[in-house]
Amino acid sequence: MSKNGKPKFAMYWAASCGGCEIAVLNIHEKILDVDANFEVVFWPVAMDAKYKDVEAMPDESILLTLFNGAIRNEENEHLAHLLRRKSKLLVAFGSCACEGCIPALANLSNVNEIFSTVYSTISTDNPNGIIPQPRYAVPEGELHIPKLFPMVRTLDQVVPVDYFMPGCPPESHQIASVIDLVIQVLEGKAELPPSGSVIGAGHSTVCDDCPRKRGIKKITKFARIQDIEIDPEICLLEQGILCSGPATRNGCEAKCPSAGSPCIGCYGPAEGSVDYGARLMTAIASVIDSNDPVEIERILDGIPDPAGMFYRFNLAGSLLRGSKASWQR
Amino acid sequence: MTDTFEPVIIGFTCNWCSYRAADMAGTARMKYPPNIRLIRLMCSGRLDPTFVLKAFAGGADAVLISGCHPGDCHYIEQNYKALRRYLLLRRTLEQLGIEPQRLKLLWASAAEGAIFASEITKLVEEIRTLGPLNWPTSNGYEKMFATPEEMVLEEAKA
Repeated sequence: MSKNGKPKFAMYWAASCGGCEIAVLNIHEKILDVDANFEVVFWPVAMDAKYKDVEAMPDESILLTLFNGAIRNEENEHLAHLLRRKSKLLVAFGSCACEGCIPALANLSNVNEIFSTVYSTISTDNPNGIIPQPRYAVPEGELHIPKLFPMVRTLDQVVPVDYFMPGCPPESHQIASVIDLVIQVLEGKAELPPSGSVIGAGHSTVCDDCPRKRGIKKITKFARIQDIEIDPEICLLEQGILCSGPATRNGCEAKCPSAGSPCIGCYGPAEGSVDYGARLMTAIASVIDSNDPVEIERILDGIPDPAGMFYRFNLAGSLLRGSKASWQR
Repeated sequence: MTDTFEPVIIGFTCNWCSYRAADMAGTARMKYPPNIRLIRLMCSGRLDPTFVLKAFAGGADAVLISGCHPGDCHYIEQNYKALRRYLLLRRTLEQLGIEPQRLKLLWASAAEGAIFASEITKLVEEIRTLGPLNWPTSNGYEKMFATPEEMVLEEAKA
């Protein structure tokens, strides 16, 4: 508890885009409840704070930390350990922290390859071939920048996590309901869910929330939304659009398929599924309407990037965690 | 190293044809290398790609999926489902750097003990030439699925 008696709240971004912070601010007037019930002690996007201020706080003095972003570099890892130590409840907030999300697609490539793409390819204007160094001496002293890890990891692959809140970003109404729950717990009106649970999401799949009509799926050709005239009533997968709904956890109210765009799987694996990609591959392979290997291969050519499709949000959190290129020396 | 390398292969066989083919090979005393560990499923259609990924993540050098011949499935056409999953999984694995030879699909009927034995011999030889996979999450049993050394700090070079 702080001087004014309010419990402390922190939010941090590691390897992320900042969308999770926007989603938190997007809870509209609910944000006033956050302010009324919590003292925000650390939130680099919204307020000025130094890491050394966090280091000076007593252990477990922050009640709730929402940690978004994957673990890409030394700085991310340091803050994960630091905030774990200082927080009572550490929430892996958003897809990056839960399962790697888009930053984890870097696990398809070697870190040196990533470096040379960023600093040495034709698209980069870098005539002197300057490569950032982890340590660099300037007249004012030595400068440090965090080193990159060979692979992106999820938050719970680095420190123990109390709760997981999926979504890219988590839907605002889900954030609001989680904040309501924490406030009710503080007032003694509710109990926290068991440690390790997924909060702010459903327990089924996106298909269960999807308003489209489902029939028998027999796919002879995969198409992209710009290639065909989409029927507004019928299941997208039935129309040959690659939709990740069957493998994805619900909680988003099936916003994308309702709007005519396929689910891309940002809410992560459905309850009980060990490997997101495996579950989605099972679903997609089952709807292909052919028993002839040559024909099946032709239909599968309609999926130009299977690893990117099946592990778009989940590569770091998958069983294999990345490609051989990312870990091979 | 390669002469002492003994591949670890996980084989998923269906109850009705390919497990019986393995049985047949055994009762007929046909010899094949002991590198394969068979796991019996009721049908090759039961094969969830998770099983294959878990085998690779846990240290397998190759995975064999075996079922009844097309048209012979005990459950009418579930082996076709296995075929589609296999073809799709193989494409995904290739992008993840796992060579297509490491995932094999074999149709073997209950009478084909000899074919089963000779195909396993061929597979073991092929994987022996290919070398170990050593997926880093498989660093010993206690450390299985722990964060492997390969994932942590090493300075990047452009």
